[in-house]
Amino acid sequence: MRDVTLGQYFPCDSVLHRLDPRLKIVSLIGFIVLTFCTFNYFSLAVVVATVIAAVLLSRVPVKMYLKSLKVIIIIVIITSLLNLFYGQGEPIFEWWIFKVTWAGIHNAIFVCLRIVCLILFSSVLTFTTSPNDLTDALERLMKPLTIFHIKVHEIAMMMTIALRFVPTLLEETDKIMAAQKARGADMESGSLVSRVKALIPVLVPLFVSSFRRAYELAVAMECRCYQGGKGRTRMKQLKLKKRDYISIAICLLAIAGVVLCNIFLPQIH
Amino acid sequence: MSLLSARDLVYTYSQGMPTEHIAVDHLDFDIEQGDFVGVIGHTGSGKSTLVQMLNGLLKPTAGTIKLDGVDIWAKPKEIRKIRFRVGLVFQYPEYQLFEETVAKDIAFGPSNMGLDAEEIENRVYNAAKFVGLKHELLEKSPFDLSGGEKRRAAIAGVIAMDPDILILDEPCAGLDPVGRDILLSQIYHYHKERGNTVILVSHSMEDVATVCDRVMVMNHSKLTMFDTAQNIFSRGEELGKMSLRVPQITSIVDSLIEEGIPLEKGVLTVDKAVLEITEFLKKEGRL
Repeated sequence: MRDVTLGQYFPCDSVLHRLDPRLKIVSLIGFIVLTFCTFNYFSLAVVVATVIAAVLLSRVPVKMYLKSLKVIIIIVIITSLLNLFYGQGEPIFEWWIFKVTWAGIHNAIFVCLRIVCLILFSSVLTFTTSPNDLTDALERLMKPLTIFHIKVHEIAMMMTIALRFVPTLLEETDKIMAAQKARGADMESGSLVSRVKALIPVLVPLFVSSFRRAYELAVAMECRCYQGGKGRTRMKQLKLKKRDYISIAICLLAIAGVVLCNIFLPQIH
Repeated sequence: MSLLSARDLVYTYSQGMPTEHIAVDHLDFDIEQGDFVGVIGHTGSGKSTLVQMLNGLLKPTAGTIKLDGVDIWAKPKEIRKIRFRVGLVFQYPEYQLFEETVAKDIAFGPSNMGLDAEEIENRVYNAAKFVGLKHELLEKSPFDLSGGEKRRAAIAGVIAMDPDILILDEPCAGLDPVGRDILLSQIYHYHKERGNTVILVSHSMEDVATVCDRVMVMNHSKLTMFDTAQNIFSRGEELGKMSLRVPQITSIVDSLIEEGIPLEKGVLTVDKAVLEITEFLKKEGRL
């Protein structure tokens, strides 16, 4: 139950943890785009180096990153294999319908590394940024959308509440599961149908308690005169500091590196 | 051979993580058939972790728990059988109710045991009687019951499995004073009538003093005392250091003793105190 690594904050003290969350989100988007704009091995090397640097800087144990990679390992293998066998050009190895070409090999390496980099970049963000900081930053970044009458604050509040209750509900699920197991509920064995059936004793109480919590939260918010985003001030003001500017410079440097490698160094094919 | 014995029992949460923390630290104890054991300790002292290990919901990080001399984790696949023998009622058990009717909910445990319909019906009826649940409530939806009735229904759900050892984690939390007294006396009668072993985890020293023969004191993951209730509650000062206290009546009698009145230390109930004091007054010729 507790092993949901993708999208889990790992509290520790590092530069990346202290960076402005808005900056982290924007640079994540930037790096994702950058990962797919690598057209030769040199630019790919720049991206891989950036990822490795970010992973090391985050001070989160490498084991945690490997855990989040484990989730997508099958996708990586399948897409790499597909690319490997369906490349264009002169075959260097052929068997039945499989045909390996140099282009195929290059494609496979690129796809594999790109996906891994993608996951690692996102993991760096979610490991180093608490969910609250994330939604806070998203709210600020989406602020311009208010001119289209999109209720940015309400959306952010819903996300905050949802994120806030994920651990609570997980804990509650654990508790209810334990209580039903104590009455001999068997959730680990049996056919698929019987396992789904075994979830009913957990889901019903979970639903009941979620509604109870939602109601209590609504009452508690009204008691404190919550009326939505208009005129609300914030306790934690986000302000760019020196380290943020430095990291912007480093990000731009990485982008420039990739662009230059793409332009001035030879293509792979 | 004791019914339940723990040797060198350890439980560590999130082992190997920065949040690692030892909840139960090298416990050794024996519980005999027919005991009524109270477990007291400040919040976070490891009581709930301990009881969840006793019925095999948590697997000890180290050490063994033996039921009738057999390690409960000897056959991990048959751990369910242990859970039927060691019934555990969680804190706020009313949140686990889920069936359409109270009767079906109470029957959940027994039917997981694979008993036949007639036996299940019998057990539901008896369990409901033990906790004082009126017969007409059995066909209602558990969500239509009052808070106290829900609590009783949930406890009945565990009693219906007829466990050798019944463990209750804070069964009286959140009930009104009369509700507490009634529930407690029902648990006590269940214990007396069936002769089953009962383990009661509680924050209320009064509750523990009234019904328990022996008391375990947990402090910072360790078992610091395990003795008869009278002996434990005559050590008020030590309990105070662990954010615990003695029952009010005990502390009243203690202060009387300090004033020089020769009463017995460790009086646990009001009745007993009244008896002692009247006897003393008679002896003095003041009554």
